Amino acid sequence: MNWFHFSSPSTFYGLAGRLAPWFFILATALAAWGLYLGLLVAPTDAQQGEVYRVIFIHVPTAWMSMFLYFIMACYCALTLVFNTRLSAMMARAIAPTGAMFTFIALWTGAFWGRPTWGTYWVWDARLTSELVLLFLYFGYMSLANAFEDPRRGDRAAALLALIGVVNLPIIYFSVQWWNTLHQGSSVSFKGTSMHVTMLTGMLVMSASAWMYAIGATLVRVRSVILERERRAQWIRNLPEASA
Amino acid sequence: MSAPAPKRHQASGSFSGGFSWAMARDLRLAWRHPDEAVLTVAFFALVASLFPLGIGAEPQLLARIGPGVIWVGALLAAFLALPGLFAADYADGSLEQMTLSPHPALGWAAGKVAAHWIVSGLPLTLLSPLIGLQYGLSPDTLGVQALSLLIGTPVLSLLGGACAALALGARGGGMLLALLALPLFVPVLIFGAGAAEAQATGLSATPHLSLLGAALIAALVGLPVAVGAAVRIAVD
Repeated sequence: MNWFHFSSPSTFYGLAGRLAPWFFILATALAAWGLYLGLLVAPTDAQQGEVYRVIFIHVPTAWMSMFLYFIMACYCALTLVFNTRLSAMMARAIAPTGAMFTFIALWTGAFWGRPTWGTYWVWDARLTSELVLLFLYFGYMSLANAFEDPRRGDRAAALLALIGVVNLPIIYFSVQWWNTLHQGSSVSFKGTSMHVTMLTGMLVMSASAWMYAIGATLVRVRSVILERERRAQWIRNLPEASA
Repeated sequence: MSAPAPKRHQASGSFSGGFSWAMARDLRLAWRHPDEAVLTVAFFALVASLFPLGIGAEPQLLARIGPGVIWVGALLAAFLALPGLFAADYADGSLEQMTLSPHPALGWAAGKVAAHWIVSGLPLTLLSPLIGLQYGLSPDTLGVQALSLLIGTPVLSLLGGACAALALGARGGGMLLALLALPLFVPVLIFGAGAAEAQATGLSATPHLSLLGAALIAALVGLPVAVGAAVRIAVD
């Protein structure tokens, strides 16, 4: 099988269109299962009461906010090194979803912080670095769209995204490096300190967020391809374009 | 039958050659138009003077907010000086000529950033003890403050240099540059202001200064490459 077959926008356009609905179906099914586990099955937390249930949204979105930035940076590196067209389009397509997850993570964190810490926001290392991540996403999107020549935007924004990668380990390790109000992670590869239903619910919700991110990226990259390649003949031959 | 390879006469470029050439050129330009450097410093002094007028001039309050205000003021002044780094050379085509020179972009881009730091970051550092006196900071706090600026402002110049090169010719101009550069400045601000603040409250400033020094080393190693690459993207 030739893996490079789908690295061309014209072939990937069709593949993305066929795959996207399946990822959305998976995301919906997993979200239904995860929310059922999280809201109905999982026991009340001994210390935090019912409030803790926000983790079923908060933790998956926070994970995805960092993971999507990493994936975006990988596509950006491909853009700069190999100058491939599709990788830049994928990076552009990922950024809004990543920014959305970052925003939801901050927002749900604030709602959880109010009853638990007594404040919506503290300027500690975890929250500040996550806020910086949101601005990095905004900066990436603004810079990518700031030029007449989209290829220039691709490359400039790609370099910015790579500089911003420094922020990822800071977010991830901030709860260990600094004395912060944000609690440390309850999940690690060695085991967990959580009830098993809580953990399952959180992992299922994470899988759902992941599937949603892939689906949304595929739909968005199709729009980017249509816009960027609009003068290409294969676009004019598409049934949806000739209508 | 193979012809002997023609001897190539090529001007040899080097990192140090490009670095010293670009730094000397930019310093000479700055020397002939000293108003830009003076404006940066004047802006810093003005911003720092606005806070006591706006917040209130109780000596305790001023000593408390002094380190942070001075750092934020220096950061904003360094930020406002950024467009001057590449904009004029980009507009008149000199930047494109530099990319055609035999010297690697890494060298002369780093030289330009170094010159920029000497006319913006260094004067801010030298002025900071004077501003600190206005805020009633103790002598050792003034020293730590200046030291943290001495270590921190080169990082700002390098980070900002990369962002300024990326934003060349972009729509949105200064606002876009703010969105790109200021989030990246955040860690430098935290450790820089943290050092002076720790000193002022009787704690050790060493951890903050060490982290700031680590950031400077990482920036010196990694960011000149990024600045050079960003300039290449801009003139391609």
